[in-house]
Amino acid sequence: MLRTTTALAVGLIATATLGWADADENELVVNGEIEITTHAPAPAYVDGLTEIYSGWRFREPDTQLTQMDDFDNPAFLAVDAAQITWDTVEGEAGKSCASCHGDVMESMKGVRATYPKWNETAGEVRTLAMQINDCRTENLKAEPYDYTSGKMTAMEALISVPSRGMPVNVAVDGPVQSTWEQGKEMYYTRYGQLELSCANCHEDNYGNYIRADHLSQGQINGFPVYRLKNTKLNQVQDRFQGCIRDTRAETFSAGSPEFVALELYVASRGNGLGVEAPSVRN
Amino acid sequence: MTLAAGAAYANPVAPGDVSFSDTGAIAESLTGTPGDAASGAKVLADRGAGNCVACHKISSLDAAFQGTVGPSLDGVGDRWDSAQLRGLVANAKHTFPGTIMPSFYKTAGYIRPGDEFSGKAAKGDLQPLLSAEQVEDVVAFLTTLKQQ
Ligand code: HEC
Ligand code: HEC
Ligand code: HEC
Repeated sequence: MLRTTTALAVGLIATATLGWADADENELVVNGEIEITTHAPAPAYVDGLTEIYSGWRFREPDTQLTQMDDFDNPAFLAVDAAQITWDTVEGEAGKSCASCHGDVMESMKGVRATYPKWNETAGEVRTLAMQINDCRTENLKAEPYDYTSGKMTAMEALISVPSRGMPVNVAVDGPVQSTWEQGKEMYYTRYGQLELSCANCHEDNYGNYIRADHLSQGQINGFPVYRLKNTKLNQVQDRFQGCIRDTRAETFSAGSPEFVALELYVASRGNGLGVEAPSVRN
Repeated sequence: MTLAAGAAYANPVAPGDVSFSDTGAIAESLTGTPGDAASGAKVLADRGAGNCVACHKISSLDAAFQGTVGPSLDGVGDRWDSAQLRGLVANAKHTFPGTIMPSFYKTAGYIRPGDEFSGKAAKGDLQPLLSAEQVEDVVAFLTTLKQQ
């Protein structure tokens, strides 16, 4: 049973001031029991920030509330579907995910918090999506999912659920270091004809409004994210593509080495925030 | 840039030929004709054109959701003359090195320029974000933004 009913008596305060508005002071507790850290000191290697905030802290109170109960969180339809997939035999090997991993809520506890991470056997940095596809092709002998497909984001969401509230704790050194450096360089590169870097919007200007959008720090502890705007779960690299496209730039493709590096780096900027996925944003 | 005497401004100054003063100003009009302030106001507000209100608030402009990334442009006509405003719109990086503000009259030096907002690579020669005429119209509008 993934869902817990809770009588939420939450009075989120609407800080409806016009103009500049920083992260609000609301606290995130899901189902009345899972406390999620949405504000933490910035890791030492993030030069441009002293504090880190989850994107949740920049959203409107009604959007925030939707994430506070799994019955209200529309992402849980996808989570339920992925639970069925998890238990269903698929592919030439005659196995399901459960054949090897058993109960996802037990075996996958903590996994979401440490991805992307180094895979020793393959000698590569793997995102959660890459690992899911690796198990599909190698262990199930089934077709891989398209990187940002609904089935992939649903499976990522399911695997994230048992890690909710655990601190993001992505490794930045050792074998991942060069990839991390590559991601960092990308984060500060001013792409496209608008010449805007991730840092221009999410480090220098979080809290500000760019047209109607209240800029967050662009943290990824909430991914996959259910967006009210497109009424579906959004894969993190899909979001990266959107942000780069908005600078009038040629984006990178989902699953490319560049985006794996960027994902690792951006994830590490959120080390210390709680895993929120699947979260809700506008 | 020096224009040969008598070479009327039949063609606008090309983005690559614009010359900036030490302070980042552009002395001469890019078109040789005064801009139209009313058209300039539209360029500032239009998402598909300047979309300046994405970052700047301009009280006199009727545009929803004005941003707070840049300073308010109210009274900007008192703070800068038209040559400096032209430079700011064309390429604010000459005035404020490293500024987040995009360069609106420039066609080279980009990293992975796209084909508008498609996410695909740009095809062929890039157009500046604003035409010379649009830059002049915007400058004409900005000079009207006085406090009194
Ligand atoms: C035949 C056995 C087998 C099957 C079936 C299988 N896996 Fe795996 N899975 C593994 C092994 C072994 C590992 C450890 C891989 C490694 O570390 O190189 C693993 C690792 C993982 C991890 C990473 C865990 C961690 O701690 O980093 C995830 C996530 C995962 N599997 C998801 C899935 C999903 C989703 C499916 C079904 C689509 C699936 N697995 C099917 C054997 C299996
Ligand atoms: C022109 C400004 C701009 C640039 C440049 C930009 N973004 Fe964003 N980004 C936004 C806006 C606006 C949103 C939606 C509001 C928010 O969550 O900040 C957003 C949202 C996000 C989110 C979702 C956060 C959440 O909690 O749901 C992530 C992640 C993100 N951006 C990452 C990036 C990365 C990585 C880059 C660089 C490759 C980048 N952004 C570049 C404007 C920008
Ligand atoms: C992505 C954000 C952004 C956009 C879009 C943008 N600007 Fe700016 N602009 C800024 C920032 C930030 C500054 C302040 C300079 C600095 O310190 O970097 C600025 C400064 C200015 C100034 C000087 C203001 C003063 O009082 O000193 C003018 C004039 C100006 N912008 C006009 C425009 C016009 C006209 C447009 C559209 C054609 C535009 N801007 C689009 C961010 C932006």
